[in-house]
Amino acid sequence: MTFDVNVIRAQFPILSEKVHGKDLVFLDSAASAQKPAAVIDSMVETMRTQYANVHRGLHWMSERATEACEAARSRVASFLNAPAREEIIFTRNTTEAINLVATSYGSLLKPGQAVVISEMEHHANLVPWQMLRDRAGIELRVAPVTDDGELDFEALGRLLEDGRVALVAVTHMSNVLGGLVDVRRVADMAHAAGARILVDGSQAIVHRKVDVQETGADFYVFTGHKLYGPSGVGVLWAHREILESMPPYQGGGDMISTVSFEKSTWAQVPYKFEAGTPAIVEIIGLGAAIDWVESVGFDAITAHEKVLTDHALKVLPEVPGLRLIGRPADKGGVFSFVMDDVHPHDMATLLDRNGIAIRAGQHCAEPLIRRLGLTATARASFAAYTTREEIDLLAGTLVRIRDMLV
Amino acid sequence: METDGLYSDLIISRAKSPLYAGDLADVTVRGEGRNPVCGDRVRLSLKCEGLRIDALAHQTRGCAVCIASADLLAGLVTGWNRDEALAAGQVFTDMFSDGTVPAADDMPDAFRVFFPLRQHRARIGCATLPWTALKEALSDARS
Repeated sequence: MTFDVNVIRAQFPILSEKVHGKDLVFLDSAASAQKPAAVIDSMVETMRTQYANVHRGLHWMSERATEACEAARSRVASFLNAPAREEIIFTRNTTEAINLVATSYGSLLKPGQAVVISEMEHHANLVPWQMLRDRAGIELRVAPVTDDGELDFEALGRLLEDGRVALVAVTHMSNVLGGLVDVRRVADMAHAAGARILVDGSQAIVHRKVDVQETGADFYVFTGHKLYGPSGVGVLWAHREILESMPPYQGGGDMISTVSFEKSTWAQVPYKFEAGTPAIVEIIGLGAAIDWVESVGFDAITAHEKVLTDHALKVLPEVPGLRLIGRPADKGGVFSFVMDDVHPHDMATLLDRNGIAIRAGQHCAEPLIRRLGLTATARASFAAYTTREEIDLLAGTLVRIRDMLV
Repeated sequence: METDGLYSDLIISRAKSPLYAGDLADVTVRGEGRNPVCGDRVRLSLKCEGLRIDALAHQTRGCAVCIASADLLAGLVTGWNRDEALAAGQVFTDMFSDGTVPAADDMPDAFRVFFPLRQHRARIGCATLPWTALKEALSDARS
């Protein structure tokens, strides 16, 4: 399929909306992406025509809804090239997926063992491990990033040397700097040191074709709402034998095999980790989002993103006083920047009044922002519907903002 | 450039060239306000005679709205007594908590210029942070 950004844009109803009387220029897709009609329609259609609770009804509607949810599970499994569909666990989001691992897998760790994270983790891949550290008496180690914003592999190697590390938890792509992490290399290092690896794919899953087997990951997590799907659904993938060794995360309906007042036994994976009624409509929406992404194709998505990234790397530094943060070698469409004497919040408010949505602040990565010697940045992030003209408009408006405030 | 009235000439001029930026000698009390979400910080130093504020200076790391608010606060409350300043801070905060309150005729410019913030609720904290710092400083001010 030939990639035509105008054809893509036509599939996103929200892009025809006005903001403060201006055309919406949505450059905050790393926070949450907009939704194509195919996703919206699939969710509406589910609620209109085939909605019921899943896994428990003996009636036709329940069977239809169950089939649709399980089809989405199969869809996710093939999307990730997971060895088995039972290895796909639906969660609420990436945060819940990581908390599931930190709580359940974390309960298997012993005092004296360690978890390694990197300095560029989103709080979602930091705080759950701090909580585990405080609960279980393990050690939390932090692998630094270089001044360019890349993972420092030499330092990571030193952190793994004593053989006490049980798990390395790293992002696949920084939500602040946009840099892709060579997670295969991290996985090989972790495995050589006897550790397992969890990869936070929240950003990378949108920008690159992910094959969980090629990544070498033991756990791979992502969220639906950044992948053009709905909020309220995320995914944990892990090898079946690991999942089977882990205790349940939450108790309740759906996750049990038998229940008595004396004792309960657990359902098989993945249901052992899916207590309660799942996000039925959202799971079906996620399946539709993956169908949409694959209909566009990652070759086209990645090529379009390269055009946008190259363009942004050219025009943004031409804005007087603007400094891009981080220079990762393999960079996706996420740009953090600061501008002399203009606070990111002033940039964000003034850009918004001109129809341009960006994010400003610490991007749920406060330690990284501090490591970079900053208090906040502005962040523009791109998606399949982003155009070069929108990047030009961003740059031009930033020039006018600077003229006004400096 | 669409600004929706928030970035008025007064806010921009005070943000660019604050009149009360810096630190004071012979400080009587200090106060600090921090916004952990964005890293903004306002440090106030006050020179008081009894309960009267004789001089006030600020060191502000923040956005244009925050710097301008700190600077306009300094100009407004210099010469006031503690209770007057605290009451003014309450009026300023209430101005945003009740969106129906119109701008009063006798409202000082230091308040009036921030009225458009009512359309930017995420940014209200930028303007109120200096008043938080003042409240902290005055809680330490004793006759």
